[in-house]
Amino acid sequence: MAVEQQILFAGFGGQGVLAMGQFLAYAAMGIGKEVTWVPSYGAEMRGGTANCQVTISDEEISSPLTENPGSIVVMNRPSLDKFENKVKSNGTIVINSSLVDRVPEREDVTVYQIPANSIAEAMGNVRGANMIMLGAYLHMTGPVKVEEALEHFDAIFKGKKPAVIERNRQAFMTGVEWARNNQ
Amino acid sequence: MDRVLMKGNEALAEGAILAGCRGFFGYPITPSSEIAEYMARKMPTIGGVFVQAESELAAINMVYGGSSAGFRVMTASSGPGISLKQEGISFLSEGELPCVVVNVSRGGPGLGGIQPSQADYFQATRGGGHGDYHTIVVAPSGVQEMMDLTMQAFYWADYHRIPVMIMLEGTLGNLMEPITVREPVTEFVDKPWATNGCKDRAPNVMNTLHLDSDFLEKRNHHLQAKYEKIQQECKRAETFMIEDADIVIVAFGLMGRIAKKSVSEARKQGVKAGLIRPITLWPFPDDVIKSAAQTAKRFLSVEINMGQMIEDIKLAIEGRVPVEFYGRIGISPNPEEISRQIINIAAREGWI
Repeated sequence: MAVEQQILFAGFGGQGVLAMGQFLAYAAMGIGKEVTWVPSYGAEMRGGTANCQVTISDEEISSPLTENPGSIVVMNRPSLDKFENKVKSNGTIVINSSLVDRVPEREDVTVYQIPANSIAEAMGNVRGANMIMLGAYLHMTGPVKVEEALEHFDAIFKGKKPAVIERNRQAFMTGVEWARNNQ
Repeated sequence: MDRVLMKGNEALAEGAILAGCRGFFGYPITPSSEIAEYMARKMPTIGGVFVQAESELAAINMVYGGSSAGFRVMTASSGPGISLKQEGISFLSEGELPCVVVNVSRGGPGLGGIQPSQADYFQATRGGGHGDYHTIVVAPSGVQEMMDLTMQAFYWADYHRIPVMIMLEGTLGNLMEPITVREPVTEFVDKPWATNGCKDRAPNVMNTLHLDSDFLEKRNHHLQAKYEKIQQECKRAETFMIEDADIVIVAFGLMGRIAKKSVSEARKQGVKAGLIRPITLWPFPDDVIKSAAQTAKRFLSVEINMGQMIEDIKLAIEGRVPVEFYGRIGISPNPEEISRQIINIAAREGWI
């Protein structure tokens, strides 16, 4: 049976967490995978918690939901506190270490720490933290390769202004670059 | 054809447009509002009509008007709004006016919450409003089906002259996955009954008031004969590994798809589990259930409510096999949660 990967993205509303999952979903579709994206929807606005689950598979996906994702990408501390124990054994935790002031207690998972907000501030694009995180994540351990994601970059941002796409691409590449230098 | 990543609610709306829907009348409510938003953007560009009505009641009566004039029309809402539309749905049923009503369900009773639910099952499958009537009710389980069943719903609505309800839990409205966008419908059912101008013919009249008791009864017999025909022709269900199953899960909508994974997981643990996913909730696919009951030792109804479809399962099985229930409200349960239920039952019964 083909491997099915389930990834949970979590953070504050406004951090672009749902967009991170959608980016991955588009990229996975771009390389011909089956994929589902599902948000935990609610009355949440900016500042509340937001999360979404992405499932990627070679075969038809039955459940887009899971209790135990193989990977979590956490953009803030409450998300780590909430989801650390949910990750599968031998799974992956990717942390935005700019906003998460502790390391996971779990010893049966692989941990990646990416100071996404610090990198974003340094490059003068504070809102780009999510794309930096994605770039670094995909380079380090992502289910879709960086080159594959780049191939579909324009399609993913279809309808957006060229300047916006470029800003996102720069942030994404900065994340990739950071991961290359710090792995 | 290239696949497109779409949100469930948007795929439904696009499916309606592809099916020829040119009138949408709604009043926004979470978690259905993306449908109205999509229609508000698209309808003016294709010569259609989008009206955000002053209330749900107004919206359903606009559906009555649009349908009477022969147009393919739709409204969408969620539980509390669907309750308000019931008077109109009863009138549409007696007027035999085709239309599609979408219920992106949320938890109730009352205003309830905005989280996913299947608690409007009774309301949807028992008519919902006053009088002896049924609507066809379909329950998609994924984004492709959101489009495909919507197109099917418009066909059935016209063909059988009946309101068709599409019911889904809020989670599915928000789910995104790649789908193949279908070709637009080009052949339509004739509507010689429509009130669309009576030059050179006698006027058509839409009326649901029948004070003559003989005629009223005749109308009811006519509707029942139609419902009988629909029961013969329209039952739909997906089955998964039921041939040798000891325990058969019955679940609909996205829940039915989630339960598929639970069944696979239970099989890995040595439990012979299977799944029946009703695609039409009315007519209920009792034939498939009945047939599975000849070999299964137990049924488990999994619903995002406090136990409603279980009654239809029991009616289909006629007491031959025990039926158990597992339900949540305001949450789409994870597959792991359902697997544990299956395995607990198997362990309790000594099958593993």
